[in-house]
Amino acid sequence: MTNNMRTVALFAGMAVLLIGTGMVQGWNTALLVLNMGLISAIMSLGVNLQWGFAGLFNVGVMGFVALGGLATVLVAMAPVGEAWAAGGLRVLAGLALGAATIVGMVLMAKRMAAGRTRTIAMIAWLIVGFFLYRAVFDGGVGAVEAIDPAATGYLGGLGLPVLLAWPVGGVLAAGAAWIIGKTALGLRSDYLAIATLGIAEIVIAVMKNEDWLARGVKNVIGIPRPVPYEVDLQQSESFVERAAGLGMDPTYASTIFVKLSYGVLFTIVLVILLWMAQSALHSPWGRMMRAIRDNETAAEAMGKDVTRRHLQIFILGSAVCGIAGAMMTTLDGQLTPGTYQPLRFTFLIWVMMIVGGSGNNFGAVLGGMLIWWLWVMVEPMGLSFIQFITSGMAEDSGLRAHLLDSAAHMRLMTMGLILILVLRFSPRGLIPEK
Amino acid sequence: MIDFLNGLVALTNFVIIPATAYGAQLAIGALGVTLIYGILRFSNFAHGDTMAFGTMATILVTWWFQSMGLSLGFLPTALLALPFGIAATAALVLFTDKTVYQFYRRQKAKPVILVIVSMGVMFVLNGVVRFIIGVDDQNFNNGERFIIAAREFKQMTGLSEGLAFKTSQGLTIVTAVIVVAVLFWFLNKTRTGKSMRAFSDNEDLALLSGINPDRVVMVTWLIVAALATVAGTLYGLDKSFKPFTYLQLLLPIFASAIVGGLGSPLGAIAGGFVIAFSEVTITYAWKKVLTYWAPESLEPSGLMQLLSTDYKFAVSFAILVVVLLFKPTGLFKGKSV
Amino acid sequence: MSEPFLIGDSMTGGYGKGPDILHDCTIAVNPGEIAVIVGPNGAGKSTAMKAVFGMLDVRSGAVRLGGEDITKLTPQERVVKGMGFVPQTSNIFTSMTVEENLEMGAFIRRDDFRGTMEQVYSLFPILKEKRNQAAGELSGGQRQQVAVGRALMTQPKVLMLDEPTAGVSPIVMDELFDRIIEVARTGIPILMVEQNARQALEIADRGYVLVQGRNAHTGTGKELLADPEVRQSFLGG
Repeated sequence: MTNNMRTVALFAGMAVLLIGTGMVQGWNTALLVLNMGLISAIMSLGVNLQWGFAGLFNVGVMGFVALGGLATVLVAMAPVGEAWAAGGLRVLAGLALGAATIVGMVLMAKRMAAGRTRTIAMIAWLIVGFFLYRAVFDGGVGAVEAIDPAATGYLGGLGLPVLLAWPVGGVLAAGAAWIIGKTALGLRSDYLAIATLGIAEIVIAVMKNEDWLARGVKNVIGIPRPVPYEVDLQQSESFVERAAGLGMDPTYASTIFVKLSYGVLFTIVLVILLWMAQSALHSPWGRMMRAIRDNETAAEAMGKDVTRRHLQIFILGSAVCGIAGAMMTTLDGQLTPGTYQPLRFTFLIWVMMIVGGSGNNFGAVLGGMLIWWLWVMVEPMGLSFIQFITSGMAEDSGLRAHLLDSAAHMRLMTMGLILILVLRFSPRGLIPEK
Repeated sequence: MIDFLNGLVALTNFVIIPATAYGAQLAIGALGVTLIYGILRFSNFAHGDTMAFGTMATILVTWWFQSMGLSLGFLPTALLALPFGIAATAALVLFTDKTVYQFYRRQKAKPVILVIVSMGVMFVLNGVVRFIIGVDDQNFNNGERFIIAAREFKQMTGLSEGLAFKTSQGLTIVTAVIVVAVLFWFLNKTRTGKSMRAFSDNEDLALLSGINPDRVVMVTWLIVAALATVAGTLYGLDKSFKPFTYLQLLLPIFASAIVGGLGSPLGAIAGGFVIAFSEVTITYAWKKVLTYWAPESLEPSGLMQLLSTDYKFAVSFAILVVVLLFKPTGLFKGKSV
Repeated sequence: MSEPFLIGDSMTGGYGKGPDILHDCTIAVNPGEIAVIVGPNGAGKSTAMKAVFGMLDVRSGAVRLGGEDITKLTPQERVVKGMGFVPQTSNIFTSMTVEENLEMGAFIRRDDFRGTMEQVYSLFPILKEKRNQAAGELSGGQRQQVAVGRALMTQPKVLMLDEPTAGVSPIVMDELFDRIIEVARTGIPILMVEQNARQALEIADRGYVLVQGRNAHTGTGKELLADPEVRQSFLGG
């Protein structure tokens, strides 16, 4: 059973890396890396579902992650009563009109016979629908955003417990995936890649601009969290006592405790998802998915509706990414649409999955944690490396300054190199598909 | 009558000229993408950063020339530096092909693998460019800024609306025409060009006819390097150079190539203009033009902007989706699905 | 018997690492002759031709052209040696014009090939008419003519055709065979695999009936047409 032993050994190695980080750079740092590593592992798992099972090339992962983040705001933030009163219903009505326009066009495309009448009807419907939508929608948005823009200026959420936002994030992402999948699946993989990239850009553009939804680039801060606040812990007598008993300063202990709590929550989610993914892998459904991936023509000949299966996987993988996105925003405590950079972060997740081992769930998880660790560590390591190289140079050397400045940019380049090298020399990754 | 002319001038100034220049830049960019797709058979995600690299090389040589006092009068010095930039880019893409892509080609790997690898190349290139030239905005356009400045125009015509025709815009259009003409002559009239089209059409038969695949690949990369450098430099002259922008241009460029029909050079050009004009017209605030053209009673009060400029990419993407849904082979029937 | 111009001698082999498809199969073409390979489906006809052309792993036996052993050469090298090959499918550049197709056919030639092109046009007049039309827009029979014309542009010493009349209507088939005879009259030996056995044997100087990768019957076209065994098995009596 050397395969299993190898897997265990690799994960043990990862643990050693984290412990080492804790010892060298402090436990807070190590826990930060761990938590974000867990989230990355889940995203990597989601992408692995799409690529490893079905060979789908999704470059728009960031969009689904962002939708998960949006879900936390929509679920957990308190509703802004005044905004709702001022224009909430009108906004919803406007959205409904917009949706009706699109649905109407789709129905026309399907039900009417191809030809000039249909084209004219669709264009007319689009124009009328668009202007109606703007007429209703713009007014509502204006009213909502006028309510206390500095603090709110948006509709707020449902005020529900934030843990609920995690599955809701998954659902939201799944919905978007359904729409994209319906349009873009069944096309060549490069087309799917570009289509998903486009959708991610649109989702993030919407989040950045539609202030009434989530305050746009003004960001939503103070998102409720499922674990205690550090300040509260520091003021709780029982906690301070226990910390003293362990020989820790209460402030330090509170930060560690909070991060550990997150870590535990995230690990639970990860384990659940991993278990589900593994069961799926070994189920007849999983075998069928991989058979389709390996020989689509044969599968179709046997009567399998390939596009429908691809849609299922696409939705599931995206939902997983949505859950991770919600978790990430919860960890941050704020929604900052400006930080979602579609191509860059998506790329990182792809590196994670490929290095870890595409087609293998454990590989995806390992890759997620390892590459995230590397991503965080490359900057300080790179900086010290460059400082070492340039230590011989004059203090005011322009080259030295330039090199030191650029150390920060080296992360992505390193990741690019890793991807190319791994794909070339070790394409099956650390934990290969069985 | 005056109103109509004013409206026309505003339309030309804010919509037609910028869209044409942007369209030309996209077209040349899309030509590179479509050639790689047609002949090397994969979507090269690294194309945007190849453009950035080419522009960077041109900028560096431009600075060197400027420091030596070389100039081209009212044209930007960058034009002199362009051949050097192209040479540097050519060396780069040939190197990348030899070290990275050739392996997968020999193995007849699935195209999607090449796309993933090109993503890796994209980020390495991105890092290299930022490392060499930094992330800040670089403006390297010297020479006369305007062919016609808004003020001169108003003086000449007496209209209240000014028409500004920047040198960079004029340069873009002229260069684009020349580049396209040369490319089409090459593809249709020369033996090598025809062999490339044959290779793109039917690889097995081309090999059987004795066409050397390595040579075709090399010539393709050389042309792509030239196209990428030219497109990037024109864009940089017109707007400004910032490594990040070229990453963002990837989506409209791919949209242009796909809308026109991947693999069809004519399609790439058409697609470039379709995307450019759509982006500009849909995000333009039509209030100004409508104020001139509409009768008093119908004058708009709002900006009359269909979509805010932040949604520029949404426009390219929406057009792309529509085309993929209804006509996946694109306008000019390239290779499809 | 003098050495035939082209001979695939006792060939045994298969695709890649797969099992042997051909067993000790011999195909030969003499100068100025039309040789035809016929047989039931799956008999290995196309395989035999591909073996002669070098697209197959010949594990024992040899292929000789004009006395020279070419068994180890790649297909491209054999084209340079003077073999012309017209595949069954995907045998023209559909997006290029008829004339460009012919130009590509002559790609390996460095000399002026306009004379050859005129020859091809006189053999296939319809191609001259449509010289500037995209090859993909032509009818099935016309496309086959483009394909054969393309192969003739290298002035090959032997022309090999893989099922030239596949998927073509009977009238067009007759016309194609007429053209093939015209080509043979210019002196080029022709090796042809054909599904339409009867018509093919009628124009054949030499016929090879293959069954399950082996030579079953060999003789002149007339002999085979008259042979009761051959007629019964798949000429329909």
